[in-house]
Amino acid sequence: MTFIQKVWAIVWKDITSELRTKEILLSMCLFSFLVLIIFNFALDTGLKNLRENISGILWVAFIFSGLMGLGRSFGVERDRGTLHGLLLCPISPWGIYLGKMIGTFIFMVVMEIFTLSIVTVLYNINVIPFLLPLGLIIFLGTLGFATIGTIFSAMSATTKARDVMLSILVFPISVPMIIASVKATGIILWGGAIQEIYSWLKILIAFDLVFLLLAYLTFGFIIEE
Amino acid sequence: MDSSWQRQSCQSVRQSMSKDNYIIEARGLVKKFGFKTVLRKIDLSLKKGDFLALFGPNGAGKTTLIQILCSLMLPTSGNVWIAGFDAGYDREALHKVIGVISHNTFLYNNLSAYENLKFYGRMYKVKNLRERIEEVMGLVGLRGYMNDHVQTFSRGMQQRLSVARAIIHDPLIFFLDEPFTGLDQHGVEDFKQILKKFRDQGKTIVMTSHDLDRGLELCTQAAILKSGNLVYKEDISKIIQDDFKEVYFKLTGEQALPV
Repeated sequence: MTFIQKVWAIVWKDITSELRTKEILLSMCLFSFLVLIIFNFALDTGLKNLRENISGILWVAFIFSGLMGLGRSFGVERDRGTLHGLLLCPISPWGIYLGKMIGTFIFMVVMEIFTLSIVTVLYNINVIPFLLPLGLIIFLGTLGFATIGTIFSAMSATTKARDVMLSILVFPISVPMIIASVKATGIILWGGAIQEIYSWLKILIAFDLVFLLLAYLTFGFIIEE
Repeated sequence: MDSSWQRQSCQSVRQSMSKDNYIIEARGLVKKFGFKTVLRKIDLSLKKGDFLALFGPNGAGKTTLIQILCSLMLPTSGNVWIAGFDAGYDREALHKVIGVISHNTFLYNNLSAYENLKFYGRMYKVKNLRERIEEVMGLVGLRGYMNDHVQTFSRGMQQRLSVARAIIHDPLIFFLDEPFTGLDQHGVEDFKQILKKFRDQGKTIVMTSHDLDRGLELCTQAAILKSGNLVYKEDISKIIQDDFKEVYFKLTGEQALPV
């Protein structure tokens, strides 16, 4: 229980701090909005094209906007000199990792809700009938992205070209997760049966579990000076 | 503050002290960054209530030594025990009994003073947190600024809040890394009073400083670090201030500026 309370304290601190500045959320939502606007103009939004492309557009917006939040996760702690304060607290590196990862996950979910709302308006797609399976896919995909991203955010926080490094590190490893998420989202938005996404869901779950385990085993070494 | 971890840590302190009577013990500490050796076979032992002022020129390895002692960094070789906890393995337990104050305040600028202390207090599982925050804010003279954001604080106020952060869990041992940096004369005097209070309460303190006068005024032991070697360590009762300065400049190879 103590461990959970400490993890929650980190999440609370990140959310409170973000609500004051709105640095991360605002930039993520604005970037996502711009991506959707650009695709809206660039692509023919006829019904056939839209069905083929919308899942890809959604996840491009999610992933690129999410990356902005990831870069700030440990980068902000490093820039403000608070990382040592956090490391000096009586909590395991795994606890610090979980706190930061959950914070990033929550910010991404807020951005994704905003993005879905914009998609509904801009692309005239009603996501309400698919909300449950779509929510599950987005949950698993976002969890996977936040899981990997937080690991690499900590690794790249010390580097000078932090944002570039983060993209280079995160994207290649996220490929299976992104493909599974895009495919599963596409199936759901095309009105496919829930059974059709089982194999993609398994990949997402396996991906999340593998990288959570990896974070548990390695984060102590990663965060060390 | 009567939490189980404190009782456990006190037991560990007793265990370690019954053996060697040292609350801080470092043996054969070596730290290398690539090919550069920053610390060379440092041995250090302090008893409960000792106040060690660690002097040395820039690049002597003072900050590295402090970071290893508070387990922010692992040594290349050697061992550290703090209050009976191995700094390499018992980090979580060790962090419960130490407080660290440096020129970097570890405070979140977007949060209020109260929110900062609430966060750190929750991390240390401090009981009756609200009362404890009011108590430590009073101790550092910031009770009237509880809800003000840290970014509106002056450097001196931030450093005082940093002290409140470090004492929120009532630690047994303090590590101070250049704590006077950036403080004006008034802030220095206030901070010295706080340190004297810690010393009188029997807290064990290790402080790095460039300022010989300030360090010698407060400490019970003085040590000099030069190029990663601990070249001098002596009890304050055996030190004459002017002689110490001479020894310092001789050992570090620095020249005192002509007055």
